[in-house]
Amino acid sequence: MNKIKIGIPRALLYHKYNILWSNFFNNLKNVEVVVSPETNKEIISRGSSLTVDESCLSMKLFIGHVDYLVGKVDYVFIPRMVSVRRGEELCTKFMGLTETVRNIFDNLPVLSYTVNKSTFRFEFMGMMRVALKLHQSPITAVRAYIIAHRKYKEHFEKRLVGQDNKIKNIDRTKPVVLIVSHPYTTYDGFFGMHISKILGEQGIELLYSDIVNPELAHKMSKNLSSDLYWTYNKEMIGAIEIYKPYIDGIIYLVVFPCGPDALVVNLCQNKIKNIPSAVITLDELQGEAGLKTRLESFADILKIRKSRTNV
Amino acid sequence: MYKISFPHMGNYYYAYKPMLLLLGGEIIVPPPITKKTIELGFKHSPEAACIPFKYNLGNYIEALDLGANVLVQAGGGCRFGYYGEVQKEILKSLGYSFTFIKLTNKMNPIAMMKAFKEFNPSMKRTTFLHSLALTFARLYYLDKVENFVRINVGFQTKAGTYEATFKKFLNELGDTKTLRAVRSVGKRTLADLMKIEINKPKDVVRVGVVGELYVVMEPFSNFFLEKELSQKGIEVHRFVTVSSIMKDFFLKHFMLTLQLKHARPYLRRHVGAHGTESVAIAHRLAKKGFDGLIHVKPFACMPEINTMPALHKLSRDFQFPIIYFSFDSQTSETGIKTRLEAFYDMLMMKKDKLKSQNEN
Repeated sequence: MNKIKIGIPRALLYHKYNILWSNFFNNLKNVEVVVSPETNKEIISRGSSLTVDESCLSMKLFIGHVDYLVGKVDYVFIPRMVSVRRGEELCTKFMGLTETVRNIFDNLPVLSYTVNKSTFRFEFMGMMRVALKLHQSPITAVRAYIIAHRKYKEHFEKRLVGQDNKIKNIDRTKPVVLIVSHPYTTYDGFFGMHISKILGEQGIELLYSDIVNPELAHKMSKNLSSDLYWTYNKEMIGAIEIYKPYIDGIIYLVVFPCGPDALVVNLCQNKIKNIPSAVITLDELQGEAGLKTRLESFADILKIRKSRTNV
Repeated sequence: MYKISFPHMGNYYYAYKPMLLLLGGEIIVPPPITKKTIELGFKHSPEAACIPFKYNLGNYIEALDLGANVLVQAGGGCRFGYYGEVQKEILKSLGYSFTFIKLTNKMNPIAMMKAFKEFNPSMKRTTFLHSLALTFARLYYLDKVENFVRINVGFQTKAGTYEATFKKFLNELGDTKTLRAVRSVGKRTLADLMKIEINKPKDVVRVGVVGELYVVMEPFSNFFLEKELSQKGIEVHRFVTVSSIMKDFFLKHFMLTLQLKHARPYLRRHVGAHGTESVAIAHRLAKKGFDGLIHVKPFACMPEINTMPALHKLSRDFQFPIIYFSFDSQTSETGIKTRLEAFYDMLMMKKDKLKSQNEN
């Protein structure tokens, strides 16, 4: 019997939930997961030609990745996330993602579920529905979910411990920079990872804002902003508060034009005055040389500051 | 002494004035929006903030310069809910001193009453309820009169009659103190408007306007698009008004289901803020046989961008012309006007072609 192929685009929430999703589908019977490759030039150009030109870069990349999967898979898996904490929201692009994809690609079979904690629609129920749609027995589905969720948690804890260890064993002569960004920007193969690489070559230790205890981050984010209601942005600025004592600089990676980030980053820059920061805005027309120069000069500034304080 | 100020949006100041008076102080009306307002707002806003943010900030700065010391901001929906906090920080860093009242997530009567009571403890609850009712009554008649004027203003035989009546209505509405007075002013104005002679052809070109709330409702921010259209003899219909938002708000679940029903099959789930409604209206108008649709939004407004693929598809399926405008502080007025003219010409050509086909 042929296996059902499920395509997962390597963009947006994949970077946050990849372990959960791929383990869930791999533990179902007769299901095979196909993940689109790392972002490349082809995907970027397809993505930006298919979307409205005002969409943010992450959205363009997402559509590019979906486009790669079209025709290669039986279903494309696109969850619809409205709210993952009670009383809070996510950016509305996650809410309209399935509809956007359905309207751009005609007759594309989409597997989707809704998570909306404000109206008591939970991830578990959504995933069960997806599994039933794939003709799985409920027992297999529950088992797959439990395994996937455990692995997801373990993986996250491991990364958290990893970052903690990094802070403990940090080289005191090297400047430490916190990259404040969404996981889908930070871990994107073409944009975020490239920036991490450049900074690493400059001899800078990197901490990531998405590796953070969410509960603590939510509590700490109150220090910077009382009204914020976007969950991921809350975690981002909570991370700044948590890692503040250990860092020498902040780099905000913002995609153009990101709605929530535009306001939040401005607020952070107004409130955090004693740590040097740089805002790197990414778009698909990025010039390599310009980016490199900016990052290098920021790194140089941090190094000079560090050497002065050490003396 | 409190000097209360607020950001402008269309003529709605005349409706929510009684609520502001409850805060106990005098009201400083910010100067009408001009190029200077947007320049001020643009200068001090984050670059990628959407255009309503910049207009509001400009209004605040101009009001503060006139001596205001209490600023009010509403909130909810998309990014709008977060305006308050960021604007407060920006104004503070500019060196102004003021009290900022954020009604974010307090857009229901009880929470609003608490917020008002906190600020002005001497306010009576009955007064609050009366003002609320007064505000709703004013909104109802304001929108009703505005809708009537919008549809018919292009066809008046004597230029300026509608405008004069409307201006008189606004002034009278601003002075009303009781529900009965609001009703009589509203009814009288509507009767007056009915009497005005119009010359409307039978097969008039009808165009709908949908999109993001602020840009739709604040004429300056969309370069007086509705006025421009009606001057060319087009019947302009708009369905998004503050009263319609209030209706959405109080009948939330019911309205959302209804909108989703109209938006099918282009949208099966909600896309956030007013996105679903835009598609629902567009679908309804396309079926009704409207001649075209204008979709306006601030640059990078995510909920409206979500609707655009659906609108593209709808436009293809129904052969329904839709033009998309997105506004930012850098948008050139001439560019918009040229595109609007081209759209108008296209509609006319389409209409003529259909007519000649029918005759043959």
